[in-house]
Amino acid sequence: MTSELDIFVGNTTLIDEDVYRLWLDGYSVSDAVALRVRSGILEQTGATAAVLQSDTMDHYRTFHMLERLLHAPPKLLHQLIYQIPPSRQALLIERYYTFDEAFVREVLGKKLSKGTKKDLDDISTKTGITLKSCRRQFDNFKRVFKVVEEMRGSLVDNIQQHFLLSDRLARDYAAIVFFANNRFETGKKKLQYLSFGDFAFCAELMIQHWTLGAVDSQVDDMDVDLDKEFLQDLKELKVLVADKDLLDLHKSLVCTALRGKLGVFSEMEANFKNLSRGLVNVAAKLTHNKDVRDLFVDLVEKFVEPCRSDHWPLGDVRLFLNQYSASVHSLDGFRFQALWDRYMGTLRGCLLRLYHE
Amino acid sequence: MPGKLKVKIVAGRHLPVMDRASDLTDAFVEVKFGNTTFKTDVYHKSLNPQWNSEWFKFEVDDEDLQDEPLQITVLDHDTYSANDAIGKVYIDIDPLLYSEAATVISGWFPIYDTIHGIRGEINVVVKVDLFNDLNRFRQSSCGVKFFCTTSIPKCYRAVIIHGFVEELVVNEDPEYQWIDRIRTPRASNEARQRLISLMSGELQRKIGLKVLEMRGNAVVGYLQCFDLEGESGLVVRAIGTACTLDKLSSPAAFLPACNSPSKEMKEIPFNEDPNPNTHSSGPSTPLKNQTYSFSPSKSYSRQSSSSDTDLSLTPKTGMGSGSAGKEGGPFKGLLRQQTQSALEQRGGSPHRFCRRREFPFFTLTAFPPGFLVHVGGVVSARSVKLLDRIHNPAFVGIMGNTRPYKLLDWNSFNSDEPETRDAWWAEIRQEIKSHAKALGCHAVVGYSESTSICEEVCILSASGTAAVLNPRFLQDGTVEGCLEQRLEENLPAGCGFCHIPYDELNMPFPAHLTYCYNCRKQKVPDVLFTTIDLPMDATVIGKGCLIQARLCRLKKKAQAEANATAISNLLPFMEYEVHTQLMNKLKLKGMNALFGLRIQISVGENMLMGLASATGVYLAALPTPGGIQIAGKTPNDGSYEQHISHMQKKINDTIAKNKELYEINPPEISEELIGSPIPEPRQRSRLLRSQSESSDEVMELDLSHGKKDAFVLEIDDTDAMEDVHSLLTDVPPPSGFYSCNTEIMPGINNWTSEIQMFTSVRVIRLSSLNLTNQALNKNFNDLCENLLKSLYFKLRSMIPCCLCHVNFTVSLPEDELIQVTVTAVAITFDKNQALQTTKTHVEKSLQRASTDNEELLQFPLELCSDSLPPHPFPPVKEHLESASSNSGIPAAQRATSVDYSSFADRCSSWIELIKLKAQTIRRGSIKTTVTVEKASPMGEGNFRNRAGPSCANSTVGVVKMTPLSFIPGAKITKYLGIINMFFIRETTSLREEGGVSGFLHAFIAEVFAMVRAHVAALGGNAVVSYIMKQCVFMENPNKNQAQCLINVSGDAVVFVRESESEVVPTQHPTANCQPACPGGEVTT
Repeated sequence: MTSELDIFVGNTTLIDEDVYRLWLDGYSVSDAVALRVRSGILEQTGATAAVLQSDTMDHYRTFHMLERLLHAPPKLLHQLIYQIPPSRQALLIERYYTFDEAFVREVLGKKLSKGTKKDLDDISTKTGITLKSCRRQFDNFKRVFKVVEEMRGSLVDNIQQHFLLSDRLARDYAAIVFFANNRFETGKKKLQYLSFGDFAFCAELMIQHWTLGAVDSQVDDMDVDLDKEFLQDLKELKVLVADKDLLDLHKSLVCTALRGKLGVFSEMEANFKNLSRGLVNVAAKLTHNKDVRDLFVDLVEKFVEPCRSDHWPLGDVRLFLNQYSASVHSLDGFRFQALWDRYMGTLRGCLLRLYHE
Repeated sequence: MPGKLKVKIVAGRHLPVMDRASDLTDAFVEVKFGNTTFKTDVYHKSLNPQWNSEWFKFEVDDEDLQDEPLQITVLDHDTYSANDAIGKVYIDIDPLLYSEAATVISGWFPIYDTIHGIRGEINVVVKVDLFNDLNRFRQSSCGVKFFCTTSIPKCYRAVIIHGFVEELVVNEDPEYQWIDRIRTPRASNEARQRLISLMSGELQRKIGLKVLEMRGNAVVGYLQCFDLEGESGLVVRAIGTACTLDKLSSPAAFLPACNSPSKEMKEIPFNEDPNPNTHSSGPSTPLKNQTYSFSPSKSYSRQSSSSDTDLSLTPKTGMGSGSAGKEGGPFKGLLRQQTQSALEQRGGSPHRFCRRREFPFFTLTAFPPGFLVHVGGVVSARSVKLLDRIHNPAFVGIMGNTRPYKLLDWNSFNSDEPETRDAWWAEIRQEIKSHAKALGCHAVVGYSESTSICEEVCILSASGTAAVLNPRFLQDGTVEGCLEQRLEENLPAGCGFCHIPYDELNMPFPAHLTYCYNCRKQKVPDVLFTTIDLPMDATVIGKGCLIQARLCRLKKKAQAEANATAISNLLPFMEYEVHTQLMNKLKLKGMNALFGLRIQISVGENMLMGLASATGVYLAALPTPGGIQIAGKTPNDGSYEQHISHMQKKINDTIAKNKELYEINPPEISEELIGSPIPEPRQRSRLLRSQSESSDEVMELDLSHGKKDAFVLEIDDTDAMEDVHSLLTDVPPPSGFYSCNTEIMPGINNWTSEIQMFTSVRVIRLSSLNLTNQALNKNFNDLCENLLKSLYFKLRSMIPCCLCHVNFTVSLPEDELIQVTVTAVAITFDKNQALQTTKTHVEKSLQRASTDNEELLQFPLELCSDSLPPHPFPPVKEHLESASSNSGIPAAQRATSVDYSSFADRCSSWIELIKLKAQTIRRGSIKTTVTVEKASPMGEGNFRNRAGPSCANSTVGVVKMTPLSFIPGAKITKYLGIINMFFIRETTSLREEGGVSGFLHAFIAEVFAMVRAHVAALGGNAVVSYIMKQCVFMENPNKNQAQCLINVSGDAVVFVRESESEVVPTQHPTANCQPACPGGEVTT
């Protein structure tokens, strides 16, 4: 006796969250059955392995059929074939677009092209995430990227509107799209200690302040591309380190203000010029695409690492950065206050996030 | 020109990409009705076209309106080559043809293609302007309402139930026409879909005409089926029950729904009552006697048979050779005689309907209160026929007509042809009728017909429940008639229907008769098998459960006549075995009655399959079933003896376990009845029994041939051993789960609003090597059991829940394939309240027992005073009970009864005992009457609580589907019309679509979607009495092909949640009694 056909169709489509997770994680039916057996479900329900097999197959088939709709979530809402309560629809979508931290760290900032897809095998081996799941996550990134890439309007809003994701997840995707578009390097060994959350945080700040959308909300690609003009202008900041007087004045302003307030004052005082030079040079280099990509590497090399080697506490870093950016306002000879604020406001936020004690 | 059909095509969405170059589609729409076609403009380069067309107007006669579907085809415009069809939508406009239903059809319909499935949606608006037509000779029957529901639909009242209507139309199957060789599968499928749609329309119209002829206005329990006879043609047949229904006037004044359907029906007579005073002014004749005077069982004596042995009825041989009854020769002769004499005698009897109607059959399974007087038992008939090409001389002529699709009407064209499908069915019905007569019944209820076809052999089956009905509903009665009925209804007190309608002195088969355990006045059989739902007023102990008998029989492959003979030789054995299995399983469950029995015999190339499903219950009125005794045939072998005794023990344990599981605890009931804890309940119940047996007016001892309670199973060979084993392998559902195949689960009546309807299909391939009957049986048994287990597992999140209306169908699509299709609905219920209501139920039964035992004189008095408008008798009392049980007051009740306990113990005569019981209960109820006034606020609160959560999960746009006639926790406010849809799906890329499972899964999901879309477009939010009548699946994996045909039907309705309808201010006394009371809305 062999089973030729075995199906269950409910008027309301049954969604088993546990099986959905297994499916999303890319397990094969037999692996999923084995995992479910191990979870003790047979003992709880008194079911047999055959029942479990049939149930798993059935859910997998349902998910497979739903997958087409999940690629365009608004379709899932409007389709008539599967009657699914709204809360379940939301769950299906949210889970489908949820990604693994380990996976996203591997592809963040990489070009979402076919070439990268070949690397998925390696990523799968490296992270222990099944290839199937890697594919889904990668395809999700790519799909979202393709849809919102050339849209006008807020990136997060666009993602939310076209993929019906929760606010949090939409923000994460905004970061992924932003990183993929600007190809920020995140895979260097130096950057390994950073989580996706750290990058996403920076991405959000950058989207808010450094993109075209920050100045004009009626442009295409407004949230995805950095404001080229702004990056050009950043060269002007070089004067802060090139002009000896300005640099000294800046240093003395910061030191006066922070004397006694900083545990690592002497280290700061000794390192001030290096740090300042590092930060300003990063800004000045952003005109080149190549250097934009290395933004995070540079920030870690030029600022985070020196501070960490001197064991700066995070509080001191914050005090320093605040004072460092604020003191520029008192430099009479410096004309680019607004530019400085746009640059440093975002950078300060990023650095604080990138700085792990 | 009596009708104008108007159609507007608004927009499309999610269309498929038809032009690969642009990834877009240039879509336009053709709207076709009859021979007229309109087209929209082409909407270029869009997957979401906005046509916003003008109103396309079709001027047609109403005959066409009924027969024809509106056909909407979406196409992709192609400048250089032929336009490509995207898909079609067929819209049945029948719901627009009667006034109370839908006024407009408007919404998104899935665009369906038989090869690709659903391809986007289209928004359509359809309206009909009907002109009044006074032509008496009209061929249309617009205005007759159709319901699939097999009970009187909610929000209607039955004025008269006229009886059986049937019709059948025949045509050639387009799939088998010569043209099919040259056309595409798509064209062939579409021709078939369209033809069946046409035939359904015509069938419905013709049935409607018959109903009008009977002066009815509706068909209830409408069941339409297709017989795909292959080469010999396509038969569409339908049966139903013609009724005159009255719409209950103000839906707003409705009670919030009782949780069970039939309860609601009881309120109907009250609702319609224009003058409350008629209650007391109704006939005050001795009611009980009156009931019986209508029963034909008194007017002439006749042969009878026991309720349950009737299953093994004569299957006929083919060739329409009449009754070639193999085993039942003499018996049949008697039946014939009976029929004859009955016919003769009927002249003066009040049963007008019997004279008038050829077949006193009713497709209903639930009835207005008082309708069903007695139930005799299941009657069934089968007949094996050889299919012949339905050659029709008229056909050629029709083909040349302007309407080439005009259907053939077998009746009109071939009335002189002896071998018609009509004659076949008439024969079977005649047989059913005579069987019913033999059981002393003048009617058959819960009647249904089915076929199973394999190649050119066809088994026709019909079954129903022989019953004695109250003729009042069948006459051209008035409201008064119903009112009388209403009063009478209290007399049988929940056991009346169990009383035998036949003559105990004259039974051809030994049956165990005892006095009714409820009223002690009338005889009841030891078991009762029926095809109907459990009557609402029946007193049930414990819960019910699904009982199935499964059987396979190998058959030699044979051709034509030899095959038919082989099948008809096998049938009686199958019937017998199915029956034995059912009986054994019933006893194993400790129950004594089956409801909703459905026996399906399917024929395949090399085997026959029998599948019987029913819901077992313990009826309080029937005796406790005896155990199962095992007897070995070789007593000298010691180890064998041991084995036997081991088995016996296992069986006894199972029975005990089942009794516990289903809460079957009858002796305790009698305890409460008497009012005192008697130390040895078992002994006492036996005492009662033996007394009843020894009372001299009972003939039972003579009839039973000394056969005692226990059912003896003789194990004489391995086969029998297998049988016993298989009895024990049925595992009960996991805790928290119940299942039944009736509308509602006996013993559970506090449903919560969560429902999940589903269809599950399984096909297994048998290995051809070990095809023995045993192996087959085991495979089949495992298939069904595993399927049930899977369902329990899948729906575990709904626990506590009950699978209701579990409907299994089995078919043998190919040599070694067995296909089982299950449709059912899972309904959650509230566990805590279940306990309370069962209690109420028991108390109610006590009440019933008491009232029934009181002197007749007393009773009408009490009734009259109680049925005054402010205090309708049953509602108040039941309310009191429920309220009292809610607030823990029964203790008081028990307290009063304790006084009588000492007497009870000493009672030597059971009659005396019963009298005492009656008194006790009466006092008890008086006592509660006093206490309940305090308790009522609590009862009310409780009710509110229950209604509360149901509103939370009502979402917009959801269309519920259920095979039941009601929606738990909701009130049906409007019936929008019948849904009857037929779809074909075919694929030539089976592997790519996920194999057979993927293909069928997607198709069934699509069918559900299309049903929902049609209901939503009618303005409805649910389908009730949904049924998948056919699911024919054929595959050819080698060619990577598969085809499936599905036919579904149901009633589109609008429902409102209980909590929403509660907004309507209801008066306190009525509102209070609603949850439990059958009396319902009082005319205040």
